[in-house]
Amino acid sequence: MKARVHVTLKNGVLDPQGKAIGHSLNRLGFPEVGDVRQGKYIELELAETDAAKAKARLDEMCRKLLANTVIENYSIELVG
Amino acid sequence: MKTSVLVFPGSNREGDVAQAIELITGRKSNMVWHGDGDFEKTDLIVIPGGFSYGDYLRCGAMAAQSPVMTEVKKRAAQGVPVLAICNGFQIAAEAGLLPGVLMRNENLKFVCADVHLKVETSQSLFTNRYQAGQVIKVPVAHAEGNYFADTETLKRIEDRGQVAFRYCAPDGTVDGTGNPNGSIRNIAGVFNETKTVLGLMPHPENAVEPMFGGTDGKALFEGIVDALS
Repeated sequence: MKARVHVTLKNGVLDPQGKAIGHSLNRLGFPEVGDVRQGKYIELELAETDAAKAKARLDEMCRKLLANTVIENYSIELVG
Repeated sequence: MKTSVLVFPGSNREGDVAQAIELITGRKSNMVWHGDGDFEKTDLIVIPGGFSYGDYLRCGAMAAQSPVMTEVKKRAAQGVPVLAICNGFQIAAEAGLLPGVLMRNENLKFVCADVHLKVETSQSLFTNRYQAGQVIKVPVAHAEGNYFADTETLKRIEDRGQVAFRYCAPDGTVDGTGNPNGSIRNIAGVFNETKTVLGLMPHPENAVEPMFGGTDGKALFEGIVDALS
């Protein structure tokens, strides 16, 4: 089973990298770009066939290592 | 005073801090590798600066999960003092030893410069040789020193006197001009609840000899020696 984890900054947490990306895109001729938020995308191969179990374990992985819940949110998606 | 200095793959200030401690105590530190789940009894644990695990995932995130940190957390809970500098601060915050988190500098730049710090309290084993309100000059060298904590946590640590140092102007004014990284409320260093763990982004170990531009960091180590002996 494969899992996709998205880690994003919480609302209200300043994202200077996202801001810089937004400014660069504006400068490159994309004035339609407003607020940009940057995050992380992590793909994991799991030796688990039970979706509920996998999700519970992934939740633990996110809280323990993949995300810092002081500043980040995470979302988990199971594929195949 | 017996000191243990942790070493992670990518640490680079462990020698500096061990040297500063030797200068002040006359004793060599015990260098502890990150894979060691146990190490000899010690009066002080230092988590030094550097780029542990290449700053993968988030600064300090991988190191915070290493075997040695499990032991450090256990000892910190027993009251063994922990001094966490720069990347060490990031590691300690990620390990939950200290409140908040260190984020990318607001201006996205690596900042390597002398900064001024206002000492918030002399009531700790780390700051007893300073006066509350005193301004000291020490260097910083980091790209991720932007301290952040949510409003609730900030209120709690301010109320409990857990802010150790704030970035300030040379005259002690705490405002945006003295803030090198965008840290919320200019916070440069924080204590845990019992003030036995201190994390700070600046490098007091690099301000102990006049030849290197100042000695304002020396009192921090002298204070620890006073408190522990």
